[in-house]
Amino acid sequence: MSRHATNHWRNQRLTAISLLALGPWFLLKLLSLPDLGYATVSSWIAQPTQALLLLLFAWCALWHSAQGVQVVVEDYVGGRLHRPTARLLQAAHWAAALAVAWAIWAIAIGAA
Amino acid sequence: MSSHDRPLSPHLQVYRLALGTVLSGLHRIAGVALSASSLLLVVWLVAAARGPDTYAAATRFLSSVPVQLVLVAALAAFWYHLFAGVRHLAWDAGLGFEKAAARKSGLVIITLAFLASISTLALAWRFLVASP
Repeated sequence: MSRHATNHWRNQRLTAISLLALGPWFLLKLLSLPDLGYATVSSWIAQPTQALLLLLFAWCALWHSAQGVQVVVEDYVGGRLHRPTARLLQAAHWAAALAVAWAIWAIAIGAA
Repeated sequence: MSSHDRPLSPHLQVYRLALGTVLSGLHRIAGVALSASSLLLVVWLVAAARGPDTYAAATRFLSSVPVQLVLVAALAAFWYHLFAGVRHLAWDAGLGFEKAAARKSGLVIITLAFLASISTLALAWRFLVASP
C-alpha cells in the first residue's frame, strides 16, 4: 500500500513534467494549423511522428487527470460513495484513453 | 468514529483566506476543469476518426458559443495549472518555501498565466470568430 502511494506521487510528477512539454506543443501545434477543417486535421494526425506525439500527449494528460481526480475524490468524497465514485472516474479515464488511441490509429491508417 | 463522520479536508472554514490558499484552491479547480475539458478532446478526435460527416457535426458543437466559452476558460485553466504546477515541482525539490518567496512566486505565476492566456487567445481568435 505504501509503495502504491509513492508510485502515485512519483508518476504524478513524471506525467506533470512530460506535460510541461507536450501540453504547450499540442496547443501551439493546433493554433498553428491553417484551419481546423477535416482535411487539415486528418492529414496532420496521419503523419506518424505527429500521431505518436498526439497519443503521448493525450495519454499523459489522461493519466495525470486520473491521478489528480483520484486525489480530489479522496479529499471530498467520503463514506459509502467513495469507492464507487473513484471506480467510475477511473473507468471513465480508461475509456477515454482507449477511445483516443483508437481514433488516432483509425485516422493514421485511414489516410495511408 | 465511523468513517462517515470523519472530517474531510481541506477544512476551509478554519482558515483565513490568504493568497496561498486561494492559489492552491485554484490549482485544483483548474485541474478538475481540465479533466472535464479533456472530454472535448476525446469527442473531437473520435469525430475525426469517424469521417467528414461526424467531424462536421462535432465542429458545429465545438464552435457553438457555450462550448467556445468553455474552451476559452480551459485555455486559461491550462496555463494557470501549468505555471502553478511548476511552482509545486519547485516546492517538491525544496525550493521557495519561505513566506516571502512563496508570495512572490504566487504573483509571478498569476502574471505568467495571464500573459500566456492572452497571447494564445490572440492566436486562437481566428478559429473562434471564423467558425464554419
